Amino acid sequence: MVQEMDLLKRFDAYIDSDQKIEAKDWMPDAYRKTLIRQISQHAHSEIIGMLPEGNWITRAPSLQRKAILLAKVQDEAGHGLYLYSAAETLGVNREELLDALHKGKAKYSSIFNYPTLTWADMGAIGWLVDGAAIMNQVPLCKCSYGPYARAMVRVCKEESFHQRQGFQIMLNLCNGTKEQKEMAQDALNRWWWPSLMMFGPNDESSMHSAQSMKWKIKRFSNDELRQRFVDMSVPQAELLGLTIPDEQLKWNEATGHYDFGPIDWSEFEAVVSGNGPCNRERLATRVKAHENGEWVRAAAAAHAAKVAKRKSLKTDAA
Amino acid sequence: MSTKPNDWPLWEVFVRSRQGLSHRHVGSLHAADAEMALSNARDVYTRRQEGTSIWVVRAQDITATSPDEKDMLFDPANDKVYRHPTFYDLPDEVKNM
Repeated sequence: MVQEMDLLKRFDAYIDSDQKIEAKDWMPDAYRKTLIRQISQHAHSEIIGMLPEGNWITRAPSLQRKAILLAKVQDEAGHGLYLYSAAETLGVNREELLDALHKGKAKYSSIFNYPTLTWADMGAIGWLVDGAAIMNQVPLCKCSYGPYARAMVRVCKEESFHQRQGFQIMLNLCNGTKEQKEMAQDALNRWWWPSLMMFGPNDESSMHSAQSMKWKIKRFSNDELRQRFVDMSVPQAELLGLTIPDEQLKWNEATGHYDFGPIDWSEFEAVVSGNGPCNRERLATRVKAHENGEWVRAAAAAHAAKVAKRKSLKTDAA
Repeated sequence: MSTKPNDWPLWEVFVRSRQGLSHRHVGSLHAADAEMALSNARDVYTRRQEGTSIWVVRAQDITATSPDEKDMLFDPANDKVYRHPTFYDLPDEVKNM
């Protein structure tokens, strides 16, 4: 029997030398728990993330936009499935994870608790929300847990179309009528700050960050990624001819970055703890979808059992 | 097979990305039976022409080595450097061997 100390030494050596940890490898309990929490929250975010956009599928302004939006929402379902599979390699089962989501015990990204009021919101979500997600997700392709890293490679490959289609929606609106441009500006006004909050609390108040960096689950701090996102988005907003709703936003020659105003963390806290504009509605929609699918799951299982029985009868007879 | 809808078995999915390459593990999914596993695998793992053929295997039917046996099984190959062509020093006059 290998001693736990030796196992821990081997685990640390893997992490230090940038080797991946695989599902059946020994790992500290806290590492396993952190991954289960993070990967399942990530999966939940993909699944709940379908809802704000699903809201616009029937009202997309053209058949092509409808096809694009459907493809994007289908990708999000796919991303949720890759991630649930990755979480399951750590020894949890999917039922437990879904159950925790449905009972409100598990978190998902709070950005999806904001409403999508106009078509421009589809543009702003693709451009900013998916843009912020990519910023967060690209480093995860190199995270120390193999199954998560591999799932993220697939996710990131697909995500880039999401951001581009969103930016194109914004571009079209900004090149359109005065009302269309105003609609784009209004969407930017509403999505900008929640997008910055997507990177999580400031480094000094982030609960899980330091340990996750040590384990190489996380590669960059929340504030670092947020700064990159701001630096990337400002010139894009200029290209669109839109104004980012932050009076303190300005280029800082000395740091080579944009300075930006303080984030209203009380809003973030409120949304995370269940009091955002759409928390209850999102969860209720998700639970209803799951319950309405119950008969399909039951029918598929009954069919599978019947076919298996028929097959075994045939084998017995032969 | 279980009839409880909520514990569909886990299937491992292998995809041949194009003719001439072998199938490669891409991930896993849940499905009630093999047929459904194939059709789900098609939707989940090949939305962008990632494959020309799919295998699905019940995860519980896979027998694997354990990480604890890793050293015992694979390290001995370490000291058998003579299994590699670079072990053999040949005069430069021998080209292309």
